[in-house]
Amino acid sequence: MALAKITSITGHGMTVPGNDIDTDRIIPARFLKSITFDGLGEGLFFDARKATAAAGQVHPLDDARFRGAQILLSGANFGCGSSREHAPQAIQKFGFKAVVAESYAEIFFGNATTIGLPCVSATRADIARIEAAIAANPAVDITVDLAAQVIRFDGQAAKLTMRDSARDALVHGRWDSIGELLEGREAVIATASQLPYLAVPQK
Amino acid sequence: MRTSPRNLFDKVWDAHAVRQLANGQTQLLIGTHLIHEVTSPQAFSMLRDLGLSVAMPHRTFATVDHIVPTDRQTEPFSDPLADAMIKALRKNCAEHGITYFDLASGRQGIVHMVGPEQGITQPGTTIACGDSHTSTHGAFGAIALGIGTSQVRDVLATQTMALGRLKVRRINVEGRLGPGVYAKDVILHIIRTLGVNGGTGFAYEYGGAVFDRFSMEERMTVCNMSIEGGARVGYVNPDETTFAYLKGRPYSPAGAAWGEAVARWRGFASEAGCHYDDVVTIQGAEIPPTVTWGINPGQGISITEAIPDPTRTTAPDEKAAIEEALAYMKLTAGAPIKGTKIDVAFLGSCTNARLSDFKEVAKYLKGRHVSPGVKAIAVPGSQIVGKLCAELGIDRVFREAGFDWREAGCSMCLAMNPDKLVGDQLCASSSNRNFKGRQGSPTGRTLLMSPLMVAAAAVTGSVADAREVFEVRERTSGDGR
Repeated sequence: MALAKITSITGHGMTVPGNDIDTDRIIPARFLKSITFDGLGEGLFFDARKATAAAGQVHPLDDARFRGAQILLSGANFGCGSSREHAPQAIQKFGFKAVVAESYAEIFFGNATTIGLPCVSATRADIARIEAAIAANPAVDITVDLAAQVIRFDGQAAKLTMRDSARDALVHGRWDSIGELLEGREAVIATASQLPYLAVPQK
Repeated sequence: MRTSPRNLFDKVWDAHAVRQLANGQTQLLIGTHLIHEVTSPQAFSMLRDLGLSVAMPHRTFATVDHIVPTDRQTEPFSDPLADAMIKALRKNCAEHGITYFDLASGRQGIVHMVGPEQGITQPGTTIACGDSHTSTHGAFGAIALGIGTSQVRDVLATQTMALGRLKVRRINVEGRLGPGVYAKDVILHIIRTLGVNGGTGFAYEYGGAVFDRFSMEERMTVCNMSIEGGARVGYVNPDETTFAYLKGRPYSPAGAAWGEAVARWRGFASEAGCHYDDVVTIQGAEIPPTVTWGINPGQGISITEAIPDPTRTTAPDEKAAIEEALAYMKLTAGAPIKGTKIDVAFLGSCTNARLSDFKEVAKYLKGRHVSPGVKAIAVPGSQIVGKLCAELGIDRVFREAGFDWREAGCSMCLAMNPDKLVGDQLCASSSNRNFKGRQGSPTGRTLLMSPLMVAAAAVTGSVADAREVFEVRERTSGDGR
C-alpha cells in the first residue's frame, strides 16, 4: 500500500472567508444520503453558493477568476461540527490539494490528513498577505511546502505550522494509517487480552 | 508501582494504548465500535476493496437512526436513497456477523441512546463511532470519540485507530442550579464561556457538586455537546449513579462478574490530586436558562438578555460574527430574545430525547396547548424511550397538547429524513446545532434551548422564559427510572 509522499503542493489559491465554517456548510447533510463518496465535489458549499448567487453576488467557487484553484484559504476553526469525512472528501473531489487556514476543528483535521489533504495553519496576517497576492493576480502560484514548512507566493514567504504527527505522515507517505495499524495485530491481541470486556462472550 | 495520582483519561488511554506509531501517534485499542447507516457503507466498501474482514464483530454494534422516517417506519422508505442505506447496513452487518438493532428489534434508536440503554457503554472503556456526538458516552467515564469514515474502516479492520493523546481540562460546576435550569443550559453556558473552539486539543472532564447530583441522562446531555465546544471528548467520572444505571441492562456484566466490574470501573475514576492541564470553575447558580440567537452553539444568551448588537463591540472578529449571524437569523440587534415568534418546536435528538426529558416536559405541559400556527413535534430518541413514554401516558400528554408524537430517530436535528424546516422557518429546538441550513432548509433558522424552553415556546408561540410560563418553582433531578 505505497502512498504518495506529499511534500509540496503548488497551485492557484481561492479564499472562502470567515471563521467557524462548519461541516454542514461545507457539505449539507442531504448530500450524505449515499453509500459512496462519489459526486461529493458538486455539493461543496452548495447552499452558501446558492445564497450568494441569490443575493446577486458571486461565490468564490463560482468565480471564473479562481477556476481550477488548488489551494483553499479560510479563517479560524475551519471544519467545526459534524465528523462527516464527506467534508474533506468534497473539498478534495472539487479539486483542492491543500487547505491553508488559521486553525481547524480536530475531527476535520484528522479526517483530511487521513485522505491525504494537507491542512496547514498560518497566521491571520500571513493569510491576508497571500489573499492580497491572489486578489492582485488570481493566477499567482502558491506553494505549500510541507517539507520546508513554508508557504511561498509572489516572491514572498510565510511560515507554515502543522501538527508534527500529521506533517510527518504526509511527507513520509504514511498518511493513511491502515497499513501500519494492520501490522500491529499481535500487539493489539496482547493489549486486548488484558481487558475483560473485550472477551468473546460464551454462547 | 505508580505513585502519582492519575486522571481517568490517562488511565483509560494507558490501558488501551497498543504501541507508538512512526509519526508519534498512538495505536489506540477501541473496545466498542458503534456504527450507523450514514458513515459506515463507504468503510465497508473500503474493507472489501482491501480484502479485509471485521477484526472484532462481537465488539461492533449497529443501529439505524439518521435517515429513518419518524412518521411511518414501514419499508420500503419513500426516499429511495434512504432505503438503499438501510439495506446496505443490514447486508453489511449480516455479512460480518455484527449485532444490529434494526427497526423490528424494539431496541432501535439514535446510536448514542442505544449504547447506554443496552449497557454496551461502560466505564473505563474506549468507544468510537462515525458521529461527532459520540462524546455522549463519556457520561459513563469512557473515552468516546467521534471519527470519520476512513477511521471507521480502521476500527472495523483492526479494532484500533491512530490518535495523539489529548490534554485534560477539568470543568467544575459547583453549588446548585436554579429552578428551570437544566443540563442543556449548563453545556450551552460552558460553550458560551469557553468558546466553540475553546476545547481544541482537550478532553473535558466535568465534575463538581452539580455533576455529582446529575442523573446519567443529564450527564449525557452535557457530554453530548462537548464537541460543540471543540473538545473531542467529554466525560464524567463513574460513581454510584453510573453503576445503578448500568445494573441489569442487557450487556451489563451479571452475577459474580458484576461486582468485579464495578470494582474495576471504580478504579478508573480520577484520583484526588491528579494532574489537569487546565481547570475551570463555574457557579451553578450563575447559569441561566440559555438560548442561542446565532449560527453556532457558542452564540447563546440568557433568556432575559438582549440579542447582541454589533455596534457595541470593538473586536472586529466579534463584530463580523454578530453581523453575519443576525443577517442569517433575521433578528434585530438589541431586541430581547424573549418574545421572538417561532414557527416550529422540535423536541428530540441525541442531546435531549431521553425519558427524563419528556417526563419533565409532560409534568408542565398537561392541560396546555401548542399555540395556533406552531408546528410542534416530539421525537423519542429510541424505541425504548417511546415505549416507556407510552406506558407512563407521556405520549398522550404531548398529543393532547397538540404535539405530533413520532417514532424514534435523529429526525429534525439534521433533517436527513423527511422532517425538515421549510423556507426561513424559525425553530425552537432541543437539538445541538444551529448552523446555517442545519435543519434541512438552506434558510431555516434554529434556536437551541432546553426541552422545557422548547415547550414554553411551543405553548406561547414565541421564545419564552419557561420559569414564567410554567411557574417552575423547584428543580427536578433524576433520570426518571
